[in-house]
Amino acid sequence: MPDSDRTLLTVEGLRVGFRVPGGRIEAVRGVDFTLAAGECLAIVGESGSGKSVTARALVGLAGTGASVGADRLELDGLDLRGIGDRQWREVRGGRIGLVLQDALSSLDPLRTIGAEIGETLQNHGGGTRAERRARAVDLLRQVHLPDPEIRVGWHSHELSGGQRQRALIAASMAADPPVLIADEPTTALDVTVQAQILDLLAAKKDAGTALLLISHDLAVVARLADRIAVMHGGRFVEQGEARDILVDPAHPYTRTLLTAVPTTRPRGTRLSLTPIAGPPPGPDGCTYAASCPLAADSCRTGPIVPVLREPGHAVLCPRTDEPWPAPPPPLANRAAPAETTGEDDEPATVIEVTGVTKSYGGPPAVLEASLRLRAGRTLGVVGESGSGKSTLALLVLGLLEPDAGTIEVLGRPWSARPERERRALRGRIQLVPQDPLAAFDPRYRVGRIIAEALGVPGAWAARRDRRIAGLLERVGLDPSLAGRHPRQLSGGQRQRVAIARALASEPEVLVCDEAVSALDVSVQAQILDLFVDLQRELGLALLFISHDLGVVHHISDDVVVMRSAEIVERGPVERVFQSPEHPYTKALLTALPSPEDVLDDPGPVARPT
Amino acid sequence: MPATLRWLGRRLILAAFVVFGAATAAFAAMNLMPGDPVLTILGSTNPTPALIAQVRSDLGYDEPFAVRYAEFLGRLVHGDLGQSYQLREPVTEVITGQLLPTAELALTAFVLALAVAAVLAVTTAGRRPAVRRVVSALELLTTSSPGFWIGILLLTFLSFRIHLFPAAGGDGVNGLVLPAITLALGMTGVFSQVLRAGLERALEEPYALTARARGTGETAVRTRHALRHALIPVLTLSGWALGTLLSGAVVVETVFGRRGIGRVMATAVIGRDVPTVTGVVIVSAVFFTLINILVDGLYRVIDPRLRQEKA
Repeated sequence: MPDSDRTLLTVEGLRVGFRVPGGRIEAVRGVDFTLAAGECLAIVGESGSGKSVTARALVGLAGTGASVGADRLELDGLDLRGIGDRQWREVRGGRIGLVLQDALSSLDPLRTIGAEIGETLQNHGGGTRAERRARAVDLLRQVHLPDPEIRVGWHSHELSGGQRQRALIAASMAADPPVLIADEPTTALDVTVQAQILDLLAAKKDAGTALLLISHDLAVVARLADRIAVMHGGRFVEQGEARDILVDPAHPYTRTLLTAVPTTRPRGTRLSLTPIAGPPPGPDGCTYAASCPLAADSCRTGPIVPVLREPGHAVLCPRTDEPWPAPPPPLANRAAPAETTGEDDEPATVIEVTGVTKSYGGPPAVLEASLRLRAGRTLGVVGESGSGKSTLALLVLGLLEPDAGTIEVLGRPWSARPERERRALRGRIQLVPQDPLAAFDPRYRVGRIIAEALGVPGAWAARRDRRIAGLLERVGLDPSLAGRHPRQLSGGQRQRVAIARALASEPEVLVCDEAVSALDVSVQAQILDLFVDLQRELGLALLFISHDLGVVHHISDDVVVMRSAEIVERGPVERVFQSPEHPYTKALLTALPSPEDVLDDPGPVARPT
Repeated sequence: MPATLRWLGRRLILAAFVVFGAATAAFAAMNLMPGDPVLTILGSTNPTPALIAQVRSDLGYDEPFAVRYAEFLGRLVHGDLGQSYQLREPVTEVITGQLLPTAELALTAFVLALAVAAVLAVTTAGRRPAVRRVVSALELLTTSSPGFWIGILLLTFLSFRIHLFPAAGGDGVNGLVLPAITLALGMTGVFSQVLRAGLERALEEPYALTARARGTGETAVRTRHALRHALIPVLTLSGWALGTLLSGAVVVETVFGRRGIGRVMATAVIGRDVPTVTGVVIVSAVFFTLINILVDGLYRVIDPRLRQEKA
């Protein structure tokens, strides 16, 4: 049935600019691609690369103040340039479906999912109210939502993350558009749910839908994409067959992205490269020149001409034949993975959690958890949302009291103590949060944020300022940033400030709760490297909590796997990842996407339940 | 719906406390005011001491404060608000007779204000800055203008000049138009500013973008999706708004010579008619709490997330 090889979407020289106070931002600066029925093109890039703007421009929703221009912009013979509002409304939902990230806010929280699906139907053909409802049930069944007859009347907050995403996909596909654009469709989801949604999209593709997949994650698209376009600074810096891009990347940015994915790297190697310092690139220059290890002066001045590496594999870089710099030497012996011969050889225990249970009134959030963290080591805690990871972090930080069980910190009792007795020890166990912006007072400048944690009285201002500068340098920031507000910093810089603040009281233990989860993969790589460096230099013990198996694998010595409040598996990280014992750990590892998936038979990985 | 019933029960018990508090405050205020109510009632007749003592004993003012308070509460529980000094009839009858015209006026004004505000907000939210600014300035002007002044202006032009509407009285729809407009004008500006801010916030949300990506037209995105979200803060305001309308009714009913609770209240305060004032305060308190329960109930209708009981 799929009329494949029929080109549905042709885009040439797409440009999108935004008017902003005092100038213009070119978000998309000349992008070319085609998309055929039954084909999947993935656009991969980090935040600000212009990938979402590209997707939205295709449905005429680039945003207020946007000006869209193109040499060609055709949807199955229809020239999209300059069509009126009425025609756009027929295209949207009718001929191009759009699925956005984060279904919780993309479904109207005040309306039932049946009403949301019905709206698409009403806009494109319609039928009576009863017919639309019956069709909505049908569509929900097609996306494998359990009990569709009942759930059609539910609101988005009553569904789980994966169910919500299924409902959103059903609403976008209700009018059978031949083209589906999915913008980060799995980003907020747990890894097993992510695999199910990817399978669902793969089934749509196999049924003949042309799929444009937008993602920041090369590993996610590996499973689905036929072709990949890597976007940076509003341009496709590399475009080609998925296999070519993932196995034989040519552009320095693509190569950095692939190196930065923690899953694929053996432990103990660095994820990030130090760029060669140089002046910022000019308007025609390569946007990646500022971070590129191969950048030459000609890259910064431009113009850059696309190079055809092989048929269908274009690279926007003149220096692909330059030798790639050797990765920095693997990190020297991190706390030796002491094979336990006797308790005496082990470093001292800094956190000892014994049989801790905590409930918020309902079923327990943490059930009889026990773990031990030793000085200078990293214990990874991995699990999906709702598994009790964050509750465990709060218990260890002494911000929640356990219902049962005990916690000891640095050999001293920690739980069930009056706060007055705990306060003296508080400085020695510190938190690095997921969202530093939310954890900083928005009115404070960076210097004050750190000074607060130093607790040095005002008379020592000179010494305090030296300490702040020292801490900022330690986390790889310019001390002059002390005068900035956190809002003026990038995500990576903010996370470094959060780490500097945590280090201010010279702690022995850092509790990192999803500390790199909100970051772009190349920034995440730098922060992970920073953690490793700090651990080596300061002998820190890390309790590293994450849903990301790759990150946990990369940074941990030992790992515990949590599921529904319980620790289901524990052990040295290599043992757990190479020969998992618990079926849940096995399921997690199977569902984990990896760039190498492109080499596998693209069969379904997880069956929806 | 046991959660909703439990919620309603809790709210009704709380409401009873609020009404009790209002009754006590009104009673205390009227009794603690300087001046002797008995002398005020007797007025300029230059009464004899015997007459004064007689009236004082009739009204129960010879009893100590605590006893009078207890008696007042006792009557209140039985729904008796006492006898009006001025009108010489039961306060309950005075109030019930005048309640309907005022309710009619306040509700008409409220609906009018909300409807006009919704139209203004939906048509101007996030649209051309020039239009938006002009409308916004007009709203500010009407909200800041005193109601009696607007009422007099309306009377001057629409009644005395072109005889479109009656200047006073007129219990039908005709007589309702000018007072309702006068009362609604101030409210419209507030509602439409709040609605517009809410709409502009909602239109930036991902669900609005998703709705557009389904091929939904701009008007439908505004009315079907964004407006419901924008109505939530207006709902919060409407409890306050109905109270304001009630006190606005005092002025408007006087300017337009309409019957109503507002006028009863105005005359009673001037005449130190203690039972009437206290009675109006208690009835208003009952209305207020009921409206607030209704408002909170409407939240749960508009926003399904509130129907779940908090953990």
